[in-house]
Amino acid sequence: MGRFVIRRILQMVPVFIGTTLIVYFLVTQMGGDPIQNLYGEKPVPDNIRATLTAQYHLDDPFFVRYWYYFSGLLQGDFGESIAQGRPIVELLAEAWPETLKVAGVAFTFELVIGVVAGVLAGMRRGSFVDNLVLVSTLFVIAVPIFVLGNVSQTFLGQEWGLFPVSGTDDGFSSYLLPGMVLGSVSLAYIARLARASVAENLRADYIRTAKAKGLPKSRVIGIHVLRNSLIPVVTYLGADLGSLMGGAIVTEGIFNIPGVGYQLFTSLNVEDGPAVVGFVSLLVLVYLISALVVDMLYAVLDPRIRYE
Amino acid sequence: MTTIDKTASVPAPRDGATHDGPLLDVRDLHVEFRTREGVAKAVNGVSYSVNAGETLAVLGESGSGKSVTAQAIMGILDTPPGFVTKGEILFRGQDMLKMSEEEHRKVRGSKIAMIFQDALSSLNPVLSVGYQLGEMFRVHQGLSKKEAKVKAIELMDRVKIPAAAARVNDYPHQFSGGMRQRIMIAMALALEPDLIIADEPTTALDVTVQAQVMDLLAELQREFNMGLILITHDLGVVADVADKIAVMYAGRIVEQAPVHEIYKRPAHPYTKGLLASIPRLDQKGQELYAIKGLPPNLLKIPSGCAFNPRCPKADDVCRTDVPVLVPITEQDGTDLPGRRSACHFWKETIHG
Amino acid sequence: MSDTTQKTDTAVDNPAGPTAPAPAPAKQDKTRSLAQDAFRDLVRNKMFIISAVLIFVIVTIAAFPGLFTSVDPLACDLKHSMEGPSGSAWFGYNFQGCDVYSQTIYGTRNSVIVGVLTTAFSLVIGGLVGVLGGFFGKWTDALLSFVTNVFFGLPLLLAAIVILNNFRDDKGMRNAGVMAVVLTLTVVGWMSMARVMRGAVMQVKQADYVAAARSLGASTSRMMFRHVLPNSITPLIVVATISLGAVIGAEATLSFLGIGIRPPAISWGVMISEAQGRISSGLHPLLFPSGMLTITVLAFIMLGDAVRDAFDPKLR
Repeated sequence: MGRFVIRRILQMVPVFIGTTLIVYFLVTQMGGDPIQNLYGEKPVPDNIRATLTAQYHLDDPFFVRYWYYFSGLLQGDFGESIAQGRPIVELLAEAWPETLKVAGVAFTFELVIGVVAGVLAGMRRGSFVDNLVLVSTLFVIAVPIFVLGNVSQTFLGQEWGLFPVSGTDDGFSSYLLPGMVLGSVSLAYIARLARASVAENLRADYIRTAKAKGLPKSRVIGIHVLRNSLIPVVTYLGADLGSLMGGAIVTEGIFNIPGVGYQLFTSLNVEDGPAVVGFVSLLVLVYLISALVVDMLYAVLDPRIRYE
Repeated sequence: MTTIDKTASVPAPRDGATHDGPLLDVRDLHVEFRTREGVAKAVNGVSYSVNAGETLAVLGESGSGKSVTAQAIMGILDTPPGFVTKGEILFRGQDMLKMSEEEHRKVRGSKIAMIFQDALSSLNPVLSVGYQLGEMFRVHQGLSKKEAKVKAIELMDRVKIPAAAARVNDYPHQFSGGMRQRIMIAMALALEPDLIIADEPTTALDVTVQAQVMDLLAELQREFNMGLILITHDLGVVADVADKIAVMYAGRIVEQAPVHEIYKRPAHPYTKGLLASIPRLDQKGQELYAIKGLPPNLLKIPSGCAFNPRCPKADDVCRTDVPVLVPITEQDGTDLPGRRSACHFWKETIHG
Repeated sequence: MSDTTQKTDTAVDNPAGPTAPAPAPAKQDKTRSLAQDAFRDLVRNKMFIISAVLIFVIVTIAAFPGLFTSVDPLACDLKHSMEGPSGSAWFGYNFQGCDVYSQTIYGTRNSVIVGVLTTAFSLVIGGLVGVLGGFFGKWTDALLSFVTNVFFGLPLLLAAIVILNNFRDDKGMRNAGVMAVVLTLTVVGWMSMARVMRGAVMQVKQADYVAAARSLGASTSRMMFRHVLPNSITPLIVVATISLGAVIGAEATLSFLGIGIRPPAISWGVMISEAQGRISSGLHPLLFPSGMLTITVLAFIMLGDAVRDAFDPKLR
């Protein structure tokens, strides 16, 4: 296991470099003028422009700048935002807890409801519950998340007052609706995944064996079917946790939650290159780590998978 | 394959002649599968019985209903689509089809156990073999996890798996095919059942391993004086271990006989065809016989004798009348104990 | 006795047609391929029929919007602003006083173009990368997997934003045309197709019939195009059908974020993003394009599901 993890981490290094390089390149191609943006319509004093240009290495060739950036990254320095003049690590420290709260709600929501719905549907294929799960998940998948977000904000929030409308002033309950909206699509996928998996495993030979052993139905389903069916679900959940932690541009935007996605979108709009790169580097890191965790999870859950 | 010495328990084949009746008595069993395409009649009136210590071989092609019968006995038919529509399954005189689901479940595994063909797919891939063996004791005898593991190791020892204690936590895929089948056998034996149903237990194995596994099974059967139903399509395996044979075709028994007699004098053209299609050393170089045609479509079983489209002896009567499984006799009318045939022309077949 | 051949022919597994006399249907059964079997299943599948009809209608609307409305979608009159549905304007008017029904009809084309082209490009790129990597393995595979992983690391929406930021009009405003959106969504969307294809090819490559073809001296290109590709393309097609719906949804999301197709061009995404800011003064400008979008996405997902079920031998 140890050797497998080390090898995987070594494989992650070039991917990380490649991805950040592309992001860095794209950001330099944004073509805007971040220094001008600081001043809006006013002219930028020459001396300030010169200082900032030197500070952010804006005149250096691309690879030199990338090297400055990358070597900083290795020391845990994600760079500094031009627009806000603060270290990106600081911005992250503010934004991430917000994102994590939304992600936590989303994750719990999709895990509990998704798995239960999927298992029930899979056990009784063709039943009312099954059809209900199939149709409702299809709709959730088909409706774009911003429509879902807007509509639920308008009705559940504004009109009926069941949830806080936006912002984070209401403590924990502020995160409930955004979390459920964010988790809804994954919930639908998890329910369908669990359903297909349970239905397939119910037909497996080893389930026939389990019945022939005279095990009670609760044990056949609860241990033999579920233990196998949940492997794909758990790995999906692992990957999803990674993407949830990366923030949600749309959901955080609609509900006005100052999380990672929101910050990133703001930085993009003001063409704050260093901030964008800093945020994205971290997101890539989160993505890579979650991919690694998923692989390890797979191997832990399924003894047939061996580390080679 | 070594021949198994049966002197220890020579149960003369008899049809429920003893005072307390046979261990298992299947009577006129009918099973059908209701599919999208229609109703497939998988079992159409099967009757057979097994006594303690006796081995019944059920022979037939795929789709002949031999496995479905076994699943009906175990009560593990997938319902839907499978339904038992008629018949009785008497175990020690009690009809299992009339038992409650809970009663039936308690019989499964503890009194009647089953061994499946493909041990790799029949064992749960994500649970250790120790867990799967121990489960029998935990569920049926209420042992603790720890006690169950000790029992599991004992079982593995008993079926001669080397280094049992070290391998108890291994997973099915880490064992060889023969070892996996031993684990299946160990699982079936765990609670020392009265009857074991082995559904093609050696089909997936190498020939050399087949012999070992069959020997083991026969040895354990003798040790515990268990009844054994051996489902197979392999006439070679049958000759060595079985006491009596039931040949199935299209969901019916077409011939029943004590094992050695059937080889000498088959009383049904289908059995005859099966025997003729075994390669034999003394007929080297000759073309091998093959029964022409395919097994019947169970959605549309031919009228009359189901075998008639493939039968070299088929006559008009075979296309209209279903032949009944009747006791058959010598030419002079003396009884042939235990022998039955469901052929309009059994006389010609056995004596001709 | 060869039980293996008999096993595949058991009556339950391989039911002959209702009119076929028993035991003769062997020949008929043998010639019926998986594809034909799957097609037979599809035609009987309600979900498939419904989705196919829906898709046909949607594509017709996209191709000939004039057949469905005679109202100019850009002939807007502020005096109608936010008027609800009526006999003259079935879906009502939006904030600008434009006919929502007409806009929804005319917006179909851009949405469908984005969906179809993006999926087609992703299919080609992803399919090619997947086939090459899966078929040749070793260094080719290592390199292509690396590239795939690098692109996977780019968060989808983020890469889209950055790329689309590069499309600007004369005044320096972000202005992404349809093709820019297609390009963006292709760049961030081809990787899953590559992974699916690679997996399928690697599996097929190990099949006995490929080994047989190889031992018969088939050339590399013949192996790849005659034996491996046709047998591994089904999962790719299924993923493509499902992702087509998702792509149309993604187009709308980009418009919502203000970086996709921009007015005066019309797409459902544009309409939804314009309407969502004014939900409280009227829901209908949001509801109708969202409804169309949902139906379209739904139709393609259902199609993909039906195709997958039909082609998955495990489910028969």
